[in-house]
Amino acid sequence: MNTDKVVVTDRRHPIKIARGLGSAYSGVHHWWVQRVTAAALVILGIWFVILVLGLLGADYATARTTLARPWNALLMIAFVLTMFWHAALGLQVVIEDYVHTRWKEVFALVAVYFLAVVGALASVLAVLRIALTP
Amino acid sequence: MANTQRPLSPHIQIYRWQAQMVSSIVHRATGIALAIGTVVVVCGLLKLAGGEASFNEFRRVAGSPIGMLLMLGWSWSLFYHLCNGIRHLIQDGGAGYQITQFVRSSWLAAIGSVVLTVVVWAYVLSAGGAA
Repeated sequence: MNTDKVVVTDRRHPIKIARGLGSAYSGVHHWWVQRVTAAALVILGIWFVILVLGLLGADYATARTTLARPWNALLMIAFVLTMFWHAALGLQVVIEDYVHTRWKEVFALVAVYFLAVVGALASVLAVLRIALTP
Repeated sequence: MANTQRPLSPHIQIYRWQAQMVSSIVHRATGIALAIGTVVVVCGLLKLAGGEASFNEFRRVAGSPIGMLLMLGWSWSLFYHLCNGIRHLIQDGGAGYQITQFVRSSWLAAIGSVVLTVVVWAYVLSAGGAA
């Protein structure tokens, strides 16, 4: 075997390709979650619009008993969780694209995720109160 | 800006406006608008959980002229982001990247969002008006 003819074209360690995580060390995870939440929001978003249109002009008791129904409460929790997740992922990309000062970028990213978590938890708590208390 | 001494690539003011770039910009803008609109969803749920008086207050604010105008803007933003989002999911599957297809689907998403907004608001205004 003549080793003189071996030409090295790729100096990266094979483990780097095997892991598939790229230069950001997180691979395509962010991209995938953004698409999966988008697909979920196509269904949940249409459901949400139909629910709100059905509650047009509804009084307090009607609105509350409607949302307290198990399927509506379940889908509303699914909707708000997916909505805040997708919104945080989207705002993250916008901030990473346009905020070029590192400390401002990190501050904005942390603020977005804090606000998204608070919004999601508040929404879930509200739906649970509506669904579980008379 | 980190380093403005280096040469910069031309920005949007250089290019002729076309459907491809406008659909991308509007998708992002409506996404940001909808992220702000999540506050209204949280408020609605908290006010409904808070009892009759607080829910009526929410209904009054949402049904006010300014509230209705904001709802109109958010509803169009939602429908645009929905239509163009479905377009993006199809493109993520690898389809529709020929220039003619790309321009056509851009316009299709825009027209679809306007049609959905008009249909929904025709229903809102015919079936009882204000929330």
